Amino acid sequence: MSHCGGAQIVVRQGKRPWQYFTDALWDYNVALVQMLALCPALAVTTSATNGLGMGLATTLVLIISNAIISSLRHVISPEVRNPLMIGIIAGVVTLIDMAMNAWTHELYQVLGLFIALIVTNCAVLGRAEAFCLKHPVLPSILDGAGSGIGFTWVLVLIGGIREILGSGTLFAQASSLLGAHFQWLELTVLPGFQGILLAILPPGAFIALGFLLAGKRVLDRRRAERRIKTHGELVVLP
Amino acid sequence: MNSEQTDLPVLPEREAEASRLARWRSRVAYQGLSLGLVCALVALALLLGDHFTRDAIASRQQEDQLATLRQVLPARLYDNDPLAEAFRLQDAELGEVEVYPARRGGELVAVALRVGTLGYGGPIVQLIALDNQGRILGVRVLSHKETPGLADRIEPAKSDWITRFAGLSLGNPPLAGWAVQKDGGQFDQFAGATITPRAVVKGILRALQLHARHAGKLAGQPEEVQP
Repeated sequence: MSHCGGAQIVVRQGKRPWQYFTDALWDYNVALVQMLALCPALAVTTSATNGLGMGLATTLVLIISNAIISSLRHVISPEVRNPLMIGIIAGVVTLIDMAMNAWTHELYQVLGLFIALIVTNCAVLGRAEAFCLKHPVLPSILDGAGSGIGFTWVLVLIGGIREILGSGTLFAQASSLLGAHFQWLELTVLPGFQGILLAILPPGAFIALGFLLAGKRVLDRRRAERRIKTHGELVVLP
Repeated sequence: MNSEQTDLPVLPEREAEASRLARWRSRVAYQGLSLGLVCALVALALLLGDHFTRDAIASRQQEDQLATLRQVLPARLYDNDPLAEAFRLQDAELGEVEVYPARRGGELVAVALRVGTLGYGGPIVQLIALDNQGRILGVRVLSHKETPGLADRIEPAKSDWITRFAGLSLGNPPLAGWAVQKDGGQFDQFAGATITPRAVVKGILRALQLHARHAGKLAGQPEEVQP
């Protein structure tokens, strides 16, 4: 036990399974904390709908590939783990691509271009390498779901910011992704607004991500300060 | 202090099994075999996936094509299946061009031409429907890789820009007018994107000129058309 500015430092150890899920949403967020998968996060987020679609497809891939790789963790040799895991991930992505093209064709027309790119999403390989090779199947599935949903909300937020600034709409074409009864999501936030071109172009993605990163730091600092004030302890993540 | 955590007895047979597996895993033969086996299993899964989805995907793509064709060719004009009767036309300037003939009572009433031009981000493929007099019935972009939010206003979902070509022909406007306003023509470009609308206009003009060059095949008697 040590002291830091009068606050008691508590190192959190021994997680309950659901904590693998909740931690991945915020404290270990793939995009905002691990800084992984920034390429798709920046490339496809020209609208909130695109971000949502890409996030959900990535979540599905993460859950399935995490489950397969963690169930094989005892038989995978460390020396050949990378080609092996990439092979499995590429297979899962291609199967999902084919299934979506065949059975959810409208969704595929919106997301089609992005699905194949999930193979190169380093969050998928990153979670396989950093988590699934060391943890049983259930925590791996929870981690995959949490990482995927954590990735999704970041994508929706970046996409939403860029869409409002760039086109003046929010969740345009959401009904082609989620079905006709989600038409209420499609909002025109700024009617008659021509849009700031910069927000739609790649620099807009970098700027939006920068503000998100800064915003998360501010929130985390406030939360830590509040904890010190009320509980007199500082929680350090292992 | 925390003896119950460290002094857990490890079962001897489990330990032996684990060390055997560890020895195996360090062998090159095991590594090569496991890699080959996983690749074979993934390939098998892909084969099965392809087998179960191939027909569904083919019919979805057929539906897509048909839906686009309906947008440029009004269904009341024809009674045949233009997709089934599609053929390739040899042209000296454009090479092979895919043609979808629309007939009514066996007589050619219109054609839809598939023409590609180079845009800003890659090829822009368009479907352009022309009647026998060479008038545009409709234009749709089938595929493009233009900048989202900037140049994708060529899609009907984003803007009605692409619909303003309907009713025009090679002499209306005159040849000089078949360009974007920046080049002295009559079609407006988008703010910040000139290359994309320029490529679209160029593709449409190419289709009109092709139609004029092959008037015999594309607007003439049905028996002249090579199936």
